[in-house]
Amino acid sequence: MYSKKFTSILCSLLIIGLFSTGAKSADECFEGLSRSVFKFNMVLDDIVLEPIAKGYNKLPSPLRTGTSNFTSNVSTLLSIPNSLLQGNFNQVGHAAGSFLINSTVGILGLFNPAEKIGLKPHKEDVGQTLGSYGFGPGCYLVLPVLGPSTARDTLGLIADTFVDPFAHITIRENELLGISGNDMDYYSVRGTNAIDFRADNMTNLESLEKNSLDLYSSFKSIYLQDRENKINNSNNSDDDWGSVE
Amino acid sequence: MKILKIFFILLLIFFHTNLKAYSADPKEFVFELVSEVIEKLSSKNLDKKEKEKFIESIALEYVDIKALGFYTLGELRKSSSEQDLLKYQTSFEKYFLKSLTSRLSDYSSSRFEVESFEKKSSNYTIVKSKVTPNDGSPKIKIDWRIYTKDPDKPLIRDLIVEGLSLARTQKEEFASILNSNNNDINVLIKKLVEFVNN
Repeated sequence: MYSKKFTSILCSLLIIGLFSTGAKSADECFEGLSRSVFKFNMVLDDIVLEPIAKGYNKLPSPLRTGTSNFTSNVSTLLSIPNSLLQGNFNQVGHAAGSFLINSTVGILGLFNPAEKIGLKPHKEDVGQTLGSYGFGPGCYLVLPVLGPSTARDTLGLIADTFVDPFAHITIRENELLGISGNDMDYYSVRGTNAIDFRADNMTNLESLEKNSLDLYSSFKSIYLQDRENKINNSNNSDDDWGSVE
Repeated sequence: MKILKIFFILLLIFFHTNLKAYSADPKEFVFELVSEVIEKLSSKNLDKKEKEKFIESIALEYVDIKALGFYTLGELRKSSSEQDLLKYQTSFEKYFLKSLTSRLSDYSSSRFEVESFEKKSSNYTIVKSKVTPNDGSPKIKIDWRIYTKDPDKPLIRDLIVEGLSLARTQKEEFASILNSNNNDINVLIKKLVEFVNN
């Protein structure tokens, strides 16, 4: 009851945030709060995520690659409906083909034979789908534990759990093709994914922390650039050098 | 006296030619420059200080630090006084060089390939490259924004790593500092100086 009420309040706030700013820019609506949450996340990273990621990096390389392949393969499931919703049928083929081949030939996704035959699915989520429909990012905010986001992407994050087949068979406890799981399975895969990402970016994050004058803004800029690229399915940064001679 | 004079001239020539002249073609320029940087950073004959010196000299010669400084300052570059801009540029250059050399320890042996280039305008060419770390980490796509207004002297203005522009990130970071300090350029200069002195 309370959880439903909370979700609907959160959704209303996000919708307000979504339409309260321009289509392109991600303005700060709750900067003070976001900065506090950011500080909290950094402390959490220092005492929990970073030490685990350091330990993870000490594992033998094949084990790390296998884990990374496995979580990445599970994430591909979310890309299938989203690519479909974006009308990108080529990507539906890449995502579905990659998932099928890696889950079977690649032994439950531990190996990535799909890549070797040219299947390279993009990671797609509901936030990106909304972006491709022309929804602007709305307010920029930092979520506890989850990190940087925008109103659109937070709404997308909630919607992901309705669209993602993996979320359906785990947290929603439905059965799909005779397969089902529980909350623990969902959060374990998502948690491992986060550790894998953190471990992969150990040096980059250390360097950013060391060289940044305002780490909060650096994270914000990187997050927003990355989302923009993912929505446009391109790696081209905006050309705003304009009049600099 | 004459000997001393010759010695100094020779010294000047030595320092001048110590930096290799790279091709004026943007694609070749990036390849030659990065290949030499990789070679020097991997060298066991140079110590950390020598490597830092080399990177600094390369940056001063082939990175358009002045333009980068103006770009990262955003619109404020148009309304700031000459004196403030000069102070800013001086501290920005020191900040840039320090943050660049501090990343030397992050360097790991890699293979570098230039894949293609795209001429955006008479002033800009984007050179697309790929770095393959030797430790088996995933390949990294790096685009180089090369300023070609002087066709004989290409300059690096930005690196776009996997779609993330380093110059834009820096610009947005500075904008945030300025926004929360009434667009006071002196606050930004103070922060840059603090970073350099720490």
